[in-house]
Amino acid sequence: MRIFDPHIHMTSRTTDDYEAMHAAGVRAVVEPAFWLGQPRTSPASFLDYFDSLLGWEPFRAAQYGIAHHCALALNPKEANDPRCTPVLDELPRYLVKDRVVAVGEIGYDAMTPAEDKALAVQLQLAADHGLPALVHTPHRDKLTGLRRTLDVVRESALPLDRVLVDHLNETTVREAKDSGCWLGFSVYPDTKMDERRMVALLRAYGPERVLVDSAADWGRSDPLKTRKVADLMLTEGFTEDDVDRVLWRNPVAFYGLSGRLDLEVTAPDATHEGNSVLRGGE
Amino acid sequence: MTPLRSAGTAPARLDALRADLDAGLGADARAWFHRALQEAAAHPGTHGPISVWELRLAEAGRRCGNRHADAVRVLLLHAARADAATLTRVYHQGTADERRAVLHALPHLVPGPDALPLVEDALRTNDTRLLAAAVGPYAARHLDAHAWRHAVLKCLFTGVPVDAVARLADRARGDGELARMLTDHAAERTAAGRTVPEDLRHVLALTGAAPAPSSAPSPAADHSSTDHPHGKES
Repeated sequence: MRIFDPHIHMTSRTTDDYEAMHAAGVRAVVEPAFWLGQPRTSPASFLDYFDSLLGWEPFRAAQYGIAHHCALALNPKEANDPRCTPVLDELPRYLVKDRVVAVGEIGYDAMTPAEDKALAVQLQLAADHGLPALVHTPHRDKLTGLRRTLDVVRESALPLDRVLVDHLNETTVREAKDSGCWLGFSVYPDTKMDERRMVALLRAYGPERVLVDSAADWGRSDPLKTRKVADLMLTEGFTEDDVDRVLWRNPVAFYGLSGRLDLEVTAPDATHEGNSVLRGGE
Repeated sequence: MTPLRSAGTAPARLDALRADLDAGLGADARAWFHRALQEAAAHPGTHGPISVWELRLAEAGRRCGNRHADAVRVLLLHAARADAATLTRVYHQGTADERRAVLHALPHLVPGPDALPLVEDALRTNDTRLLAAAVGPYAARHLDAHAWRHAVLKCLFTGVPVDAVARLADRARGDGELARMLTDHAAERTAAGRTVPEDLRHVLALTGAAPAPSSAPSPAADHSSTDHPHGKES
């Protein structure tokens, strides 16, 4: 079984998690930029974080045979903090990098005018850079948040079929599916979705354009939830092809829209990688 | 994957790199690469929000494939005639892959020690690919004795093969302080019931010092039967 976790915050996880994820079948992840659990106080803090998502994390992942890509953005919560918003001016030079496969996570937290602006600006950045967007739906007042999100996307230069709307549940899946966007479900130990409800939604709405993620971070979360959903799908009568579609082919298709997905993992012990005359000597 | 034999071999020649790429790249990638070289040569320096050659540098992996990206980037930096100040900016604004390419480019582009802070930055990381690139010919030329010894020791700690260290034999020869550090490290590993890496014995022999005491801990006492290449070094 091959698994692609399309939304996981590995920077908040231990190296043991990478080992366990590989053992469970995870071969690729996308790490979207988000909040650290404590407010940042300057754009420089974002830049260090982005550098880590383009340096240390792919290295750490490759040690365990996992291809790591990232999505970069100013997150919805900190879009409200004027100390952080100047990072929007730095984003363009990051969005051209290899292994950046989306703009994200963007969207709404408290649905403020500042969040409206950051969402619109970053949807435009995604369109300008040929990237899809990972859009988070708010935890509070979710259905209203989804509708407002879809309205802003419709007004943007980014087509809905290049948008993954995440953290969906029973109350938001229908309208999201009807919009033509990709459908993301985060499976958590307590909040968001659980395995049983996820399988029920797959039965009701089908596997088309559905992505399942663990969204694991520093909170109570589980980086093996993708595998647990796959196992329950099989127990409940879904085929191995259905599992492969939801847990691998759908995320590959969505992030593949960037043209930057590279699922071949180069072992980090290959310190000699590349051209044999590259190093030279003297 | 052919191991590089950097130390003591012929200098890397950029025309050889270019010939390898021309032979190895597919037609589309080769055309992209040639165009990117021409753009870099015609419009070096900084212009606009992002210079075209810097954009090409960023996208080299997805255009040419990871296997060729290091060499492509080195040649783009050369075509753009990047000096120490430019390389410093590109390094600090770069991904790990771009930083590695800057380190590889240093001996070709920076005659003096101006770019040494980049080597020192890379040597502070635990990314073995950056470490291996940092201990190339530029480090051999400019790192002072203390920093160079720590670089060698860090390679041993993190599992970077010491054949990545340029001019290893030249600089190790007669270095009594390096020999002491290696012997102490061997003693520390032996005391912990761990094996002494073969690379350590090799470097110690290069210093001309007496060999490290043979340590062959019983398998039961050997908690790290292999030297994990990415040991914590924090």
